[in-house]
Amino acid sequence: MSVHPPLDEIQPEHASLYAGRVRVYPKAVHGTMRRIKWAVLIVCLSVYYLLPWLRWSRGEDYPDQAVLLDIANRKFYFFWLELWPQDIYLLTGLLVMAAVGLFLVTSLAGRVWCGYTCPQTVWTDLFMLVERWLQGDRNERMKRDRGPMNFDKAWRKAATHAIWLGIAFWTGGAWIMYYADAPTVTAEFWTGRASMAVYGFTFLFTATTYLLAGWAREQVCTYMCPWPRFQSAMLDEQSFTTTYQAWRGEPRSRHIKREADAAAHGDCIDCGACVAACPTGIDIRDGVQLECINCGLCIDACNSIMDRIERPRGLIAWDTLARQTAKARGVHEKVRFLRARSVVYLVVLLMGLTAIGTALALRPIVEVAVLHDRAPLFVRLSDGRVRNGYTIKISNKTRRPAAFALTATGVPDAVLTAPDIDALAAGEMILSVPPDSTGAFRILLAAPPVGLHDGSKPVEFHLRDTGSGQQATRATVFLGPNQP
Amino acid sequence: MPTKVEKDSVSGRLTTGHEWDGLKELNTPLPKWWLYVFLACVVFAAGQMLLYPSVPFFTGYFPGLLGYSQRVEVDRAVQAVAQQRAETVNRIGALSFEQIRADPPLLNAALSIGRITFAENCQPCHGTEGTGRPGYPALGDDVWIWGGSLAAIQQTITHGVRSEDKDTRTSAMPAFGALGSLKPAEMEAVADYVQGLFGLPPGKNAAEGQKLFVDNCASCHGDKGQGNQELGGPPLASRVHLYGGDRAAILAQINQPKHGVMPAWNARLSAPIIKSLTLYVHSLGGGQ
Ligand code: SF4
Ligand code: SF4
Repeated sequence: MSVHPPLDEIQPEHASLYAGRVRVYPKAVHGTMRRIKWAVLIVCLSVYYLLPWLRWSRGEDYPDQAVLLDIANRKFYFFWLELWPQDIYLLTGLLVMAAVGLFLVTSLAGRVWCGYTCPQTVWTDLFMLVERWLQGDRNERMKRDRGPMNFDKAWRKAATHAIWLGIAFWTGGAWIMYYADAPTVTAEFWTGRASMAVYGFTFLFTATTYLLAGWAREQVCTYMCPWPRFQSAMLDEQSFTTTYQAWRGEPRSRHIKREADAAAHGDCIDCGACVAACPTGIDIRDGVQLECINCGLCIDACNSIMDRIERPRGLIAWDTLARQTAKARGVHEKVRFLRARSVVYLVVLLMGLTAIGTALALRPIVEVAVLHDRAPLFVRLSDGRVRNGYTIKISNKTRRPAAFALTATGVPDAVLTAPDIDALAAGEMILSVPPDSTGAFRILLAAPPVGLHDGSKPVEFHLRDTGSGQQATRATVFLGPNQP
Repeated sequence: MPTKVEKDSVSGRLTTGHEWDGLKELNTPLPKWWLYVFLACVVFAAGQMLLYPSVPFFTGYFPGLLGYSQRVEVDRAVQAVAQQRAETVNRIGALSFEQIRADPPLLNAALSIGRITFAENCQPCHGTEGTGRPGYPALGDDVWIWGGSLAAIQQTITHGVRSEDKDTRTSAMPAFGALGSLKPAEMEAVADYVQGLFGLPPGKNAAEGQKLFVDNCASCHGDKGQGNQELGGPPLASRVHLYGGDRAAILAQINQPKHGVMPAWNARLSAPIIKSLTLYVHSLGGGQ
């Protein structure tokens, strides 16, 4: 609403289908919300910048980076976890659950994600800090921007952009480190030996960070981000949002009220501190609006005004629409966290997380698949027996070489052979898979074609891990001619 | 379309001035930068149209100032792959079968090349994955007319069977019946014996047939019908037969034998490719 002049104040002769941008000059505030925001910012950025440098020993021949998405080798490392492409559904599930979690939080407390943890907000906050440090607070910045270009303005602007670019570059560089060994890629980067992809992505993320946090800022939240467009579907009158308590503030008037005339005047002294503090440049007193990211900075701004005029804090506060309506009537209503909406989100979230957790816990460290040859379905041998071909694939996700003893049951007089493996006594065959890799073995099973039902007979392959003794059984079929 | 911007009495906001059958639209201005981004996209598109192939004509298209073509790109990519493959192919050519089999990644590459080559060249006769068809041997079983070792398979693929190659493998079974060297009754007797080798109940004159077999057939098919790979005499003491496994098929073959032909592939495939093909055929299950 305030990124351009209020729409209902534009006169017909100035009507345009396009609105110029109105620069927002957020004023620094101090208070609880601001402190929480700083804390969240420090935690988020520390994790982002430092996590790739965290080492995690996995033994020789394995990357010792705690979090590494090794795209080239298709292995994803998260601390003690190593995920293979087959496990990608876990990641998908986690992302879906993250979305549901976001829905839950939004139904409870509005856009707190936007106001506190969204990267757009976090980096914008950081960039604003730099800006404030070099160019001063709201009034000073506004004055300097209006004034003519001079040495003071030039160096302050230049220094701001230089630091912004520095932060952006660090941000872009950190991104790369999640996909490559951090110390190695850093060394390669500075000696010109890194790949074009590394330079390209670093440039891309440097550029986007600089543009989005330095220039676009609230425009991203208002015009580019899809999230505010559908968040209203998750909000209801029981959701906490940053709220101006109109019943208490109105009618606003520009003088300090005392208890005596409290009935005639509201507590709001129309000082504009809340508007000045708002990073999206809106007036929270207009009610819940699209542009509001629920950062709560206007709460801090107003609280310091209330302190100064000796009125109770919380003219702007976290509250729900339902409670506000009740309060306006002088009724106190209880907070309702448990509503159909939030309970559904919570249940879905818990179920999803349980499912993912279970899948993760039961995730086979060794995966076995048996595929019957598509063609030929069977081969006749000179002695009248029939031979079937199978491919056995074993994914060994452990970091030790694994050997499996293979046997087949269900077909009498069956002989197992494999072109490149020597069969052992007792019809056992040893399949060896190197650590951390997948082995494919072609196995031939020959037997007299007796007892086939419609040319087919069930057969089971048993694999015994010679190391751990664990068993795996896979059922498939033994095929032969219809009439033996 | 009349354009008259007015103030909407309900919202207090201006309209765009557009009107459709009495419907008016409130003006919610778009940010200017959005318009500029749109214009930048238009400029970008114009540049793209100028530089890259774009406007179609009836008989062709505007090729663009850069002369870019996806066909050329594909050709280049194919060439790059061929170059990459050349190294592998050369190694397959230079190493012995044993050396290739001792190098699993190389063996895998050879098997892949072999599989593709087989599908393109051999499949029409030998069937998918060497399934075999009447008259065309299955390659996954344990019966080999000319031998199932790697060297033997390589030799067969390279020079063919009854092909035009001067080193071709060749064998010819006499037409015992058509040439009159065996009388009809003698042929019946031989068939009586041979069907026993085939796993069917032997006929009543099998003993007499065996004598005739030893005199006429054993030199190529072996005294017990075990076959002779040197001469290309197929084994008869088997359940797998190229031209059918019943008595009629046996008699037909003694009377006027069929002889299959396999081309010599050295005319079409390079030696390393034939080597890969050999490894692949050997891996189908019958390799010795
Ligand atoms: S900061 Fe508080 S007192 Fe000042 S204008 Fe905003 S709501 Fe009113
Ligand atoms: S209105 Fe208040 S909560 Fe909303 S964005 Fe502005 S400062 Fe943040």
